[in-house]
Amino acid sequence: MADMVSETRLSAWGGGRSPYAIGSNKLGMWLFLLSDTLTFSAMLIAYSFVRVASEDWPRPFEGFSIFMASVMTFCLLSSSLTMVMAVAAAKQKELRRTVGWLLATILGGVLFIILHTNEWLELIHEGVTPFGNPWGAPLFGASFFTLTGLHMTHVTGGVIYLGVIAWGFGKGKFTSEDVEISGLYWHFVDLVWMFIFPMVYLLSWKI
Amino acid sequence: MNMEAAHQSHGNRLYLTVWVGLLALTIAEVILAYLAIPVTPMLILLVGFSLIKTGLIVAYFMHLRFEKLSLTLTLIPAVVICIALLFIFFPDSLRLLELRR
Repeated sequence: MADMVSETRLSAWGGGRSPYAIGSNKLGMWLFLLSDTLTFSAMLIAYSFVRVASEDWPRPFEGFSIFMASVMTFCLLSSSLTMVMAVAAAKQKELRRTVGWLLATILGGVLFIILHTNEWLELIHEGVTPFGNPWGAPLFGASFFTLTGLHMTHVTGGVIYLGVIAWGFGKGKFTSEDVEISGLYWHFVDLVWMFIFPMVYLLSWKI
Repeated sequence: MNMEAAHQSHGNRLYLTVWVGLLALTIAEVILAYLAIPVTPMLILLVGFSLIKTGLIVAYFMHLRFEKLSLTLTLIPAVVICIALLFIFFPDSLRLLELRR
């Protein structure tokens, strides 16, 4: 098996029965992320579409909201760093360090969810609903809540996923590849936020 | 020494460097937004920076650079083409804007 994998590295397409030289679980995660990329792309493009088509798109975010959104970005970016550390530790079969890094990653995700929920509540308090708001184009609420809500669902799912992986890896139920695959998902969630943050927050900064 | 072993021995420093790069790009984005330059160059710069960040995350954090080239060639062009196709309807937003005026 090891021979086959090293052989397949010789040429890009000469893979035989293992054309990508990765496990089927990992390939499955990559394909899922591909479809999820298209989901989020479609949403961001739809958001841009209604924004361009509206003359009075609201810019509700003051300096403090932008600051909090930057802190949220920092949480996600740093949780990606702890995630790669977890994957590296898992490959070296260091059980305790792997679980520790995974818990740090989960902490980053939980902080993100708390800050984000707080921000949602603030906007709702100011009178934003999916079909109206006090400032202008009524679709602002629908596009904002759908886009960030779907992302927050992904973060929440990711926190649960990482929790299961941390628990199972600690008990020896999962391999280092399972940790790596959960890492792929987590980095993807981080990556999506790298587009939502500039397009939804920074471009709606009330200066 | 194969790629994987080379990658692992320099791994943690590489990850830290990538993380610092991502943070720097994020800070640059916030400063750019604060400067409030006209919306078209701002959009180009913000999306450009985000694409660079995507490249860094996918290549190093998601390890795609250290996988077989065939995986990259299968995944990336397909997703780029599909996203490009999603933009087909986009110019219609400008027509809608004119209609509403």
